[in-house]
Amino acid sequence: MTRIALLRYPGTWSERDFEHAFALVPDVETEIVWHDDADLRGFDAAIVPGGFSYGDYLRAGAIAKLSRGTAELRRFADAGKPILGSCNGFQILCEAGLLPGALLRNVGLEYRCDWINVRVESDRTPWTDGLGGEILRMPIGHGEGCWVADPDTLARVEASGQVVFRYCDARGAATIEANPNGSVANIAGVRNEQGNVVGLMPHPERCAEALLGGTDGYRILERLARVPVGTSPAVYR
Amino acid sequence: MRYVATFHVRPKPEVRDPQGEAVRGALRSLGQDVSSVRTGKEIVVTFEATDPSAAREAVRLMGNELLANPVVEDYEYDLAEVVPA
Repeated sequence: MTRIALLRYPGTWSERDFEHAFALVPDVETEIVWHDDADLRGFDAAIVPGGFSYGDYLRAGAIAKLSRGTAELRRFADAGKPILGSCNGFQILCEAGLLPGALLRNVGLEYRCDWINVRVESDRTPWTDGLGGEILRMPIGHGEGCWVADPDTLARVEASGQVVFRYCDARGAATIEANPNGSVANIAGVRNEQGNVVGLMPHPERCAEALLGGTDGYRILERLARVPVGTSPAVYR
Repeated sequence: MRYVATFHVRPKPEVRDPQGEAVRGALRSLGQDVSSVRTGKEIVVTFEATDPSAAREAVRLMGNELLANPVVEDYEYDLAEVVPA
């Protein structure tokens, strides 16, 4: 049984959707964990769900990065445990420095609520193991999803295979039209150098069953059931 | 001693500022011939510190660790000691 913590900050709203989606995955159990007294010992993986933590005050994810829950996430990441941040969770992980880059207001200023396609660029993560090259159709809903990095960081992220998801059309081409928010190089998700921490703007938990219009999110979530249970660090470098 | 730090946080010059671009469009619709608008924020912090050097150290910590994101933002600050009336 793989035990997954769903981290909840004030303003997090997608933790119950993750709880529901993971209920569909065999051999996985979840627990919603309040950020301020989060203790991730005994968990095999952690999710930082979407929402508007602390009302997005100052910058999306900026206040949450100083929470005790984020300090606990940092220890969890250092131990090599898998962490997935979606939407506001991705913003928190970038603000905390656990992932490279930053997420800015969408180019065009629109809040984008839509179905998009991403191409899986790296299978060297616990969440995309076996999905390399696949095109996944998932929903987005965000106003600040424009991923940027300075040229040196971008070059390093590209060269070291830290781009995990890239916005693309239905055939897999990373076109300007397929980019919903102006992200540099159509980047929709990245990983840390070790590969155990991944963030993405799309919502895999909102497309984990046919009733909701798509099941590609399930393909990401179910990878976790294959992560070895226990304390040994899962390193996907 | 009491200090007031005023932080001016702005997107780095190379970072696109869609909010500034939208404001530029609105200023043009006011009939103003505006070539560029950059937006930022001002944050005013009142705090206690033992001396000016401790105050500057505190201000740099606040700026670097929270008030600005060094990946995409620059900041400057004005620091003033509040003299009791």
